[in-house]
Amino acid sequence: MNFLIGAFKPPCNVSIIFADGRTRKQVPLKKDNGQIIMVPLFQSQESIIGEVVIEPLQGKKLEHTGVKIELLGQIELYFDRGNFYDFTSLVRELDVPGELYERKTYRFEFSTVEMPYESYNGVNVRLRYILKVTIGRNIVSNIAECQDFVVRNYTPLPSINNSIKMEVGIEDCLHIEFEYSKNKYHLKDVIIGKIYFLLVRIKIKTMELEIRRRESTGSGPNTYVETETLAKYELMDGAPVRGESIPVRLFLSPYELTPTYRNINNKFSVKYYLNLVLVDEEDRRYFKQQEITVYRLLETP
Amino acid sequence: MMTGVAEDEEKWLAAGIAGLQQNAFYMHRAMDSNNLRDALKYSAQMLSELRTSKLSPHKYYELYMRAFDELRKLEIFFKEEARRGCSIVDLYELVQHAGNILPRLYLLCTVGSVYIKSKEAPAKDILKDLVEMCRGIQHPLRGLFLRSYLSQVSRDKLPDIGSEYEGDADTIMDAMEFVLQNFTEMNKLWVRMQHQGPAREKEKREKERSELRDLVGKNLHVLSQIEGVDLELYKETVLPRVLEQVVNCKDDIAQYYLMDCIIQVFPDEYHLQTLEILLGVFPQLQPSVDIKTVLSQLMERLSNYAAISAEALPEFLQVEAFSKLNNAIGKVIEAQADMPVFGAVTLYSSLLKFSLHVHPDRLDYADQVLGSCVKQLSGRGKIEDSKATKQIVALLSAPIEKYNNVVTALKLSNYPRVMEYLDNETNKVMATVVIQSVMKNNTHITTVDKVEALFELIKGLIKDLERTAYDELDEDDFKEEQNSVARLIQMLHNDDPEEMFKIICTVRKHILTGGPKRLPFTVPPLVFSSLKLVRQLQGQEENPFGDEAATTPKKIFQLLNQIIEALSNVPAPDLALRLYLQCAEAANDCELEPVAYEFFTQAYILYEEEISDSKAQITAIHLIIGTLQRMHVFGVENRDTLTHKTTGYSAKLLKKPDQCKAVYACSHLFWVDDQDNMKDGERALLCLKRALRIANAAQQMSNVTRGSAGSVTLFVEILNKYLYFFEKGNPQITVAAIQSLIELITTEMQSDTTTPDSTADAFFASTLRYIQFQKQKGGAVGEKYGPIKV
Repeated sequence: MNFLIGAFKPPCNVSIIFADGRTRKQVPLKKDNGQIIMVPLFQSQESIIGEVVIEPLQGKKLEHTGVKIELLGQIELYFDRGNFYDFTSLVRELDVPGELYERKTYRFEFSTVEMPYESYNGVNVRLRYILKVTIGRNIVSNIAECQDFVVRNYTPLPSINNSIKMEVGIEDCLHIEFEYSKNKYHLKDVIIGKIYFLLVRIKIKTMELEIRRRESTGSGPNTYVETETLAKYELMDGAPVRGESIPVRLFLSPYELTPTYRNINNKFSVKYYLNLVLVDEEDRRYFKQQEITVYRLLETP
Repeated sequence: MMTGVAEDEEKWLAAGIAGLQQNAFYMHRAMDSNNLRDALKYSAQMLSELRTSKLSPHKYYELYMRAFDELRKLEIFFKEEARRGCSIVDLYELVQHAGNILPRLYLLCTVGSVYIKSKEAPAKDILKDLVEMCRGIQHPLRGLFLRSYLSQVSRDKLPDIGSEYEGDADTIMDAMEFVLQNFTEMNKLWVRMQHQGPAREKEKREKERSELRDLVGKNLHVLSQIEGVDLELYKETVLPRVLEQVVNCKDDIAQYYLMDCIIQVFPDEYHLQTLEILLGVFPQLQPSVDIKTVLSQLMERLSNYAAISAEALPEFLQVEAFSKLNNAIGKVIEAQADMPVFGAVTLYSSLLKFSLHVHPDRLDYADQVLGSCVKQLSGRGKIEDSKATKQIVALLSAPIEKYNNVVTALKLSNYPRVMEYLDNETNKVMATVVIQSVMKNNTHITTVDKVEALFELIKGLIKDLERTAYDELDEDDFKEEQNSVARLIQMLHNDDPEEMFKIICTVRKHILTGGPKRLPFTVPPLVFSSLKLVRQLQGQEENPFGDEAATTPKKIFQLLNQIIEALSNVPAPDLALRLYLQCAEAANDCELEPVAYEFFTQAYILYEEEISDSKAQITAIHLIIGTLQRMHVFGVENRDTLTHKTTGYSAKLLKKPDQCKAVYACSHLFWVDDQDNMKDGERALLCLKRALRIANAAQQMSNVTRGSAGSVTLFVEILNKYLYFFEKGNPQITVAAIQSLIELITTEMQSDTTTPDSTADAFFASTLRYIQFQKQKGGAVGEKYGPIKV
């Protein structure tokens, strides 16, 4: 019986412990099963140092063909389930083939790891980083243990950050000019702007500003585009007259934005748009979409 | 249909209140457990009820007030949160996360209020932000209420001078700028309301708009309350900015209300000093704006101001308030081409009142106003509009009321010219007012010019104006009017006879145009007025130099003759007769025999030719007798002629008793007690005898026609005359004659045929008693009466 149980249960416990696990910032991560766990946060060029502890079950001998730890950066496209594209793969051999009888600790270190992409959990795509410990075995399948961690990369303040200014309209019907103070926003930024009404011949009911996320995956004919509206923010109530200017002030912090990702490893892109929508009394919608760049600004402590 | 709408509205309101209360309940719960996030969430939901478009302003207000109360509680909660260490800046950001703009802005204003109080940021920055963000509400009703909320929560937090929120050097500008901006935006929203919804509901909308006007006006009130707004600032910034908004909004309701508001909320001295700017705006307003009311208000306020604070008067002069107002009115009328007459007149009426109050010494101003008014009225003909008429009456009454003296009004050369535009009825009313004023104040009108002017004013009463239909006139009213004219004529007086004579001539000229209906009223006072002058002159010596121009009684009598003659056309013979007799008496006193004779002649002619009614004849004959009796100026010949005539008339009266009475009255013509040259006892007796004969004849006639003799009254009366002359010493009256008369009466009274008459009995008895009494008196009288046996 014991043997049988042993066949279904891994013969050992494997755990990965980060060296600075206690001090390192933890962020929530949604797992496949919907559970949210807290995982450590890294950024590119950081060294990932820690220990792997293997503890065979009581009184059991663990025969192995070698122990290794891998640092993997994977892109997972949901329509192509099961296929991971590893854009980063680093390996450290921890042990030569042999037998384990008791708890053994292996130190590992990936120093100054290049992690150019941020972890991302989208509609059709997931980009994740894992540490994977593999205990190679003969005959029976290998024992593998994964530890997720999150990577976020910070961008300095852009040196050029032009405003978005544009005049749009429908001839003899509606002419507006809008202005957003910048085209690049960090995640906790505020969108400040103004909408000028140059000509109003339609009966406008409301005006709102939407933040939309456009996630495109794949390439060529297999491109999948998914658009989500993350924010609907009412800017105006009622019908303005010619000459009115309506202020815009939208705080981005309440919304779960990510930075803009452009063509990540040729697999996917995530872009953000500001969509200005005017609704008239017959509920017709007039809108104009503008792309903005979202970036992650290093939070100064 | 209408009730359906109202019912629906009730339902919506009820639903709104229910939703609001429910969320308020959750909000309270969240606040009690210090749960900021939930408090924000539920407060936003609660405020979402205000997003409704279904309610009329009235109902919306109800909903708003409930939300307002809840927001006060929320504000207290925010304050506590801030005390507990929640950063107010974060809170200010946090409330802006709300997706819906209206709840967001209400919350923002609420937090903003706490923010200002915390003084973590300058009040001006927060206020500026708030007023700017509120632009997001472009819906008029919702925007108005939101901004009104902003104004409400901020009014005690303006960075005014001396306020705890006072900022840097320009602090007052910030405070002012904030209120002005909020005002401007609110006004825009308010004006825009008129374009909402279908055209057929325009009237309803206008009404609804009017209900909201105080929301807008409150801003002006706040402005006026800002300590730092002094005259300089008001003149340079506040007023021009507000006026700019007023002019540019091009909406009549708003323009009317706001102008009125400006006038009411800011101090009078400011108005006075900015008169030019303020007035400059009026011509630019929409033609349909009721400018007259607003301007009148302004002038009224200014005149009250002048009345209350005397020290302000020099300011009025300094700024030339009057001429500015006058010009402005002219321009307004010019600009508003289709302004009704009523409006123009109202304006002038107000200006006149202003001028009278502020510059009571400047009569020329008043005249100028009237002149401008005339200019406006000219070419419009008589004014039919009753409102306009009323205003003109007010306009014209003002100077009279103010000065309590018509004389002053008479100096206003344009006064009668304005009156010309009144319709006849009103003209008369106005004239009556004038006359009443004269009488009430006992005004002395002493010169010909003034009299001339006065009669020009009361023309409406003096003569028939064209188009007057007689049958429309109320007889009583007419009498009333004419009586007042008569009283007025009596009031005209000057101690200088020359001038007085001229006045009389002038009056005569005017009243002679009055036509037959008026003359009976107007001639007598004039005649008596003239006679008064005669009496005055009577004592004086004739001018020894025989100055042609000098006024002499003779000249007056000539005039009087003409005046009375006018009555013959009326005809009013009774009246004329009396007046002739009066004149004759006056002439008598002046020792002017020919004149007196002439008057008598006129009177006799009238008697003969015009007086045919027997009753009138009786009265007339007694008047003639009475007057003639008092005449002493006549020579024997003239007197004979006249008395003879009179006796003749007396005997020709229709009824015997009347004849009798007249004849015995004639006896006095021959025996005048105080005139020695007129003691013709014989002829007096003759008269009495004749009277007796007539009385006899009357008695007999009565016997024949009625079967009973008439009363003995006539005999008793004759007996009294006998006694009178007897007593006066007429030698022709003998004791025997009296004795026989008494007997005759006694016999008559005892006769069966005589109708018993207690009055006559009593009369006779008392006559006898008199004789007894005289007898007992003793002395000469007693002696004289002695022989008479009773």
